[in-house]
Amino acid sequence: MLLGVLFLVFFLLHLTGDPVTLMVSRHASPSEIAALRQELGFDRPILVQFWDYLTNALQGDFGHSFRYRQPAMNLVMERIPATIELASVALFMAILMGVTIGILGGSNPNSILDSLARGIGLLGQTIPTFWLGLILIIIFSVNLGWFPTYGRSTFELFGLNIPDKSIVLPAFALSLFTTGQLARFTRSAVLEVMNEEYVTTARSKGLRKIRIYSRYILKNSAIPMISIIGVQFSYLLSGSIYIETIFSWPGLGNLLAEAVSTRDFFLVQATAFFTSFVVIGLQLVTDLIYMLVDPRIRYR
Amino acid sequence: MKPILSVKQLNTRFETFDGNVYAVNDVNFELMAGETLAVVGESGSGKSVTMLSILGLLPISTARVSGHAFFNKNVKAVDLIVLPANALNRYRGKHISIIFQDALRSLNPVQTVGEQISESLMTHLGYGKRKSYRRAVELLEMVGISQPDKRYYSYPHMFSGGMRQRAMIAIAISCSPDILIADEPTTALDVTIQTQITELIRRLQREMGMTVIWITHDLGVVAGIADRVMVMYAGTGVEISPVDQLYESPQHPYTEGLLGAIPNISATGKKRLVSIVGAPPDLFQEPAHCQFAWRCPYVFEKCWKRIPPNFKIGEGHLSKCFYDLKLKQPRTEV
Amino acid sequence: MIKMKNHQKENINPESTGLLVDLEEDRSIRARLYYIWRLLWRDKAGLIGLIVFLIIIIAAISAPLLAPHDPLQQNLIASRQPPFWAEGGSFEHLLGTDNLGRDILSRIIYGARVSIMVGFLGVSIAFSLGMVIGLIAGYKGGRIENVIMTLSNMVLSLPYLVFVVFVAAILGRSLLNVILIFGFTNIPIFVRVTRGEVLRLREEGYIEAAMSIGQKTPAIIFKHIMPNLLGPLITLATFEMSAMIFYEAGLGFLGLSVPPTIPSWGNMLAEGRQYLTYFPWMSIYPGLAIVLTGFGINLFGDWLRDVLDPRMRRMKK
Repeated sequence: MLLGVLFLVFFLLHLTGDPVTLMVSRHASPSEIAALRQELGFDRPILVQFWDYLTNALQGDFGHSFRYRQPAMNLVMERIPATIELASVALFMAILMGVTIGILGGSNPNSILDSLARGIGLLGQTIPTFWLGLILIIIFSVNLGWFPTYGRSTFELFGLNIPDKSIVLPAFALSLFTTGQLARFTRSAVLEVMNEEYVTTARSKGLRKIRIYSRYILKNSAIPMISIIGVQFSYLLSGSIYIETIFSWPGLGNLLAEAVSTRDFFLVQATAFFTSFVVIGLQLVTDLIYMLVDPRIRYR
Repeated sequence: MKPILSVKQLNTRFETFDGNVYAVNDVNFELMAGETLAVVGESGSGKSVTMLSILGLLPISTARVSGHAFFNKNVKAVDLIVLPANALNRYRGKHISIIFQDALRSLNPVQTVGEQISESLMTHLGYGKRKSYRRAVELLEMVGISQPDKRYYSYPHMFSGGMRQRAMIAIAISCSPDILIADEPTTALDVTIQTQITELIRRLQREMGMTVIWITHDLGVVAGIADRVMVMYAGTGVEISPVDQLYESPQHPYTEGLLGAIPNISATGKKRLVSIVGAPPDLFQEPAHCQFAWRCPYVFEKCWKRIPPNFKIGEGHLSKCFYDLKLKQPRTEV
Repeated sequence: MIKMKNHQKENINPESTGLLVDLEEDRSIRARLYYIWRLLWRDKAGLIGLIVFLIIIIAAISAPLLAPHDPLQQNLIASRQPPFWAEGGSFEHLLGTDNLGRDILSRIIYGARVSIMVGFLGVSIAFSLGMVIGLIAGYKGGRIENVIMTLSNMVLSLPYLVFVVFVAAILGRSLLNVILIFGFTNIPIFVRVTRGEVLRLREEGYIEAAMSIGQKTPAIIFKHIMPNLLGPLITLATFEMSAMIFYEAGLGFLGLSVPPTIPSWGNMLAEGRQYLTYFPWMSIYPGLAIVLTGFGINLFGDWLRDVLDPRMRRMKK
């Protein structure tokens, strides 16, 4: 599966464009381009190229960055922690807000809370992450001066570098879309489970409301939420391209945006492959968690 | 003898996007301790909704219930309809239990069968973990599930249809309720298992001294199990009668029609299978006259004017019809 | 449990139904339009969404008539003006000017052209090709279906934005490239939905019936399957369109969409970002245009989904 995806990306890329044009300056002559193409081996058949890339990749060689004059993978590895940190904080914020609002909205259909849940769902969908980042900077950094405009600063705690308040704005900007999605999906999951017959059974048993919620409604709505949260984490990783660019957060997204603008082909490729790799890995992990949580799948 | 449950003027309507649905219209009945009352009617006649209304199990956002349902076990009768939710919880599952038709959808898929039994015990009887486990295993054994100590840890989807319904019954009887409502408990099952489940419920009723309300759409099965029958049509109880009287001399044209629709095996084959012409009425209209008038072979002017009251025909035998089926003439009202 | 409208007509006294007219049975165009209008009126959110969406389309089409200035006209004397209500603003430039003195309002109106064009054309490509491929997969089955679905699932499992950034970086900046990128990368989602619907429809009695009486495959597809496909696909198309408009702006923001000489919302944001601290209006208003578009399309799409999916309609309340 993973291999297939890698090949697909590789194939599509070479089908759609020529990486060499990305690398050379706009004023390069055709002969210069051809020379470079030959030098980098882009003139060989695609299967050969793919095989070459794959064998190198397996040995940890994802090509060199022109700009940094370093193996691309080293750069990627350096940047991972900051991105994981940002995405995790954002995911945490989103779950905290989105799931809570979704549960409240779903269990009180057609109430004010329900409108709130739907409203936040809509907001998350209609406010682009990259614009929200800019607006947050205008309001909270430029006008109010509460948070720094950009960068990641840390303090030390038990020998670990913990980001300080500099993470608040980027994480929040990154999280809003996910908050909206989670509010939306939690709401509809809860709403659906509330109408299930086993909830009527639970009520007919005279169980307390708390128990009906914890054992029946939430436990059952949590199952579809697992895969949604998995997907959302992928969205957060993607969205970090915008947010890390805006806030100069030293993560993968920033690296990718930078590599794109400096036409650093191998770095772009390594970053993109690595992110795809992580995202697909995440999907496998969520499938696994799914199996552990849902008894219906576990015993099949 | 005082009835253990008396339902008076029960009305339920649903407020939907397309208008009100009048699902239950002026249902009255009394339930005597220890008896079995069968509630019969076609689907959509309001049998289940009546029971769900009494137990306060309908969605609060759309269902509007009015009337009374007095539960009469202790000295003072309690009206279940007006009881707030947490007070009602002391009756639901403890004094009145319900078994639903579709056990697969009525059991929590992510909780073990055993837990679903013991949580009732813990809630209502204050049992601890150990005690409720032991009791739950006992209950599973009582309803005829083999290896109950192992089955305690099974999830509903691992059970067969019949076993699930047994588990459902175990949950319902866990707190030795006074009233057991069986809402078409055998409809979703194979014929052979149907008899087993029916027998199981009857046995448990005898052993535990429960009062049973048996909801079914099949008048044929009623004879063997019920003491009395209430026939429902378009959300109202049109006839209520001791079971043998109902079969001998049905007093409502709808009951007559239903009985005519049962293939009679003992008959010589000459008797034709009669079916009732037409379809049940649209419940979007608030009833203003007899709801059976459209399909009734005996319909006359008065039937279109107002809703017939309950006419007393014999001991414990009531019929909501202006026409006297015995004398073949309109009834005189007192 | 709740008995809904009774459609059996025999033996029912007309008084019982109160002469209920079933609107869906009246097939004249006027009656249909009226019916749609009533559905829209009943759900105000959908109506608002449609209006906003229409306004943006109209702005895109008639940009030369509506825009007060030439969006490319630089005017260094009038540069860096705030919107008219702020100090130093003027009615000449309602939403102010950018660092080169170009009128922001005019640029936003022209920017709608890029967004709408990318959205419409991108969706058209994805819709038409996705539907055809999905029909083949769903109808033919077998190995073809396997190959198509494996490929689609692979593309769908990729992190979309990263994928698009990667492709856009290699292809280079041009309107055509952007349209093609979005058009082609969105085929799989249309394939998946089409195939799912086809599989569901094949189970339906009337299609089995049509097949069993020997109706020809094209006839079945055009008469029975296509009409039922359109509902879910149109709904998907509206949401995909709003997503494409967002991603286009995002690419523009990263400097990967249309060339910087073309006014587009994403490009404006990218320029505005450089002056964020000093001239925030350069970033605020193009972004608001994106928000408004997304808002309109999403509200309309939600309404459309409820209306086109009869299952959803019944569930409502």
